[in-house]
Amino acid sequence: MLLNYLNVLIFLVVGCLLVGFTLLLSRILHPRSESDQKFISYECGEEPVGNAWIRFNFRFYLIALIFIIFDIEVVFLFPWAIVYKKLGMFAFIEMMVFIAILLVGFAYAWVKGDLEWVKSYFTDRGQETVLEQPED
Amino acid sequence: MTETLTNPVLTLLRLIPGVETLSDGMQVLLSGFLAGVILFAFIAVFALYAVYLERKVAGHVQDRLGPMEVGWHGLLQTIADAIKLLNKEDFAPKDVDTKLFTLAPFLVFMTALSVFVVFPYDSQVSIANLNIGIFYVIAISSIAVPAVIMAGWSSNNKWSLFGAMRSAAQIVSYEIPVGLSIICVIMVVGHMGMQEIVEFQGGGFWKWVIFRSFPFNFIAFFIFFLGSLAEVNRTPFDLPEAESELVAGFMTEYSGMRWAFFFLAEYGNMLAVGLVGAALFLGGWQPPFEFLSFVPGWLWFILKALVLIFVQIWLRWTLPRLRVDQLMYVCWKVLVPFAFVCIIGVGLWEVLT
Repeated sequence: MLLNYLNVLIFLVVGCLLVGFTLLLSRILHPRSESDQKFISYECGEEPVGNAWIRFNFRFYLIALIFIIFDIEVVFLFPWAIVYKKLGMFAFIEMMVFIAILLVGFAYAWVKGDLEWVKSYFTDRGQETVLEQPED
Repeated sequence: MTETLTNPVLTLLRLIPGVETLSDGMQVLLSGFLAGVILFAFIAVFALYAVYLERKVAGHVQDRLGPMEVGWHGLLQTIADAIKLLNKEDFAPKDVDTKLFTLAPFLVFMTALSVFVVFPYDSQVSIANLNIGIFYVIAISSIAVPAVIMAGWSSNNKWSLFGAMRSAAQIVSYEIPVGLSIICVIMVVGHMGMQEIVEFQGGGFWKWVIFRSFPFNFIAFFIFFLGSLAEVNRTPFDLPEAESELVAGFMTEYSGMRWAFFFLAEYGNMLAVGLVGAALFLGGWQPPFEFLSFVPGWLWFILKALVLIFVQIWLRWTLPRLRVDQLMYVCWKVLVPFAFVCIIGVGLWEVLT
């Protein structure tokens, strides 16, 4: 089995070398133009305004957080999925309890509106007002 | 050495006189090298002809002919494109973070290439038959996220940054339904090795995983297919490179051959998800009927994957792009709950019978 992993490693190194080789080939072949203009960042032909490393919408962090919780859960499900048939009903029920606990968290995020991209709040009068407009 | 005897590249290598006399380690090294070169060439050629297929399908969907000029029915068009790309200047704008900017195409292409190691191309034929097979595919394909963020962040360009953030959010979100639908398969098979999963599905198409625990694995297949569309950034989930709003997403500042590697990786990923779908749900190299087993297994495997790829292309030219909030809605409020129902359904079915 370890030899198989060695095979994978060699494969990866060779793939990397081939990418490098192709880039080198292109570097030898391609022409070069001596223009200052081409080194300016692309912003639809205008002069770039300010730095591009700007703040972005915090929704992305929320998505990342929910993802981490579910991804860890998926990792736990993999070994269980292989052996649960041998362990029978007990292992099945136990995993259902585990999933149920996670689904409570999922339901909480759902009710709080964190699964929506544009989070909206309902006012007391029942009118919907969108407080945040995402930049993206 | 008994394990590596099943390695087709090694058997191929042993046909060359003189290789037998080399040490075992040297033989493994050589076979890994050869496998790398062969699969690199295979993916490059496949990507070229997938682009050709895409343009032809697009043409016929829109009632026009597509490429016709270079070669018979434009067969050499994409090869001409590749030669053109090789001759394009590739440079880094002065504001970029050069190290990350250079590293990103390597990483993106490596993730696309490295999943091909574990696929069961035929009975007993895979380059590395890992016992964690499909788990390895999921793990490796996740590396695409940091690679995309590296490309977007290092470009120092607003379009790139937005494209990269969207792409990362989309890929990580859709990994959840895809992972859960793959668990439905593993629950039926009870093994993670790709060869074992395919061997389990032998003896007619009704034995394929897609028809097991009906209808739960059937639904799981659709969740997998939709999720994989989003993971490889295909329409209707191609927001990261929505050209009408984000120019080219995280690839905006790339040019020449470096850009071509992003492009190759995209088509390589298309093939990869096609092959994974064929192996997990549609029986891999197993023929649909016993009497069709005279057709070689790898042909079945590639054919099933090509059908899935054709559907991907077909969808691209039929459906409009989703909005970003619709994207998150589909993932978290439709696919994830359905995937959980599938897991519970498959589990009950398998435990009770």
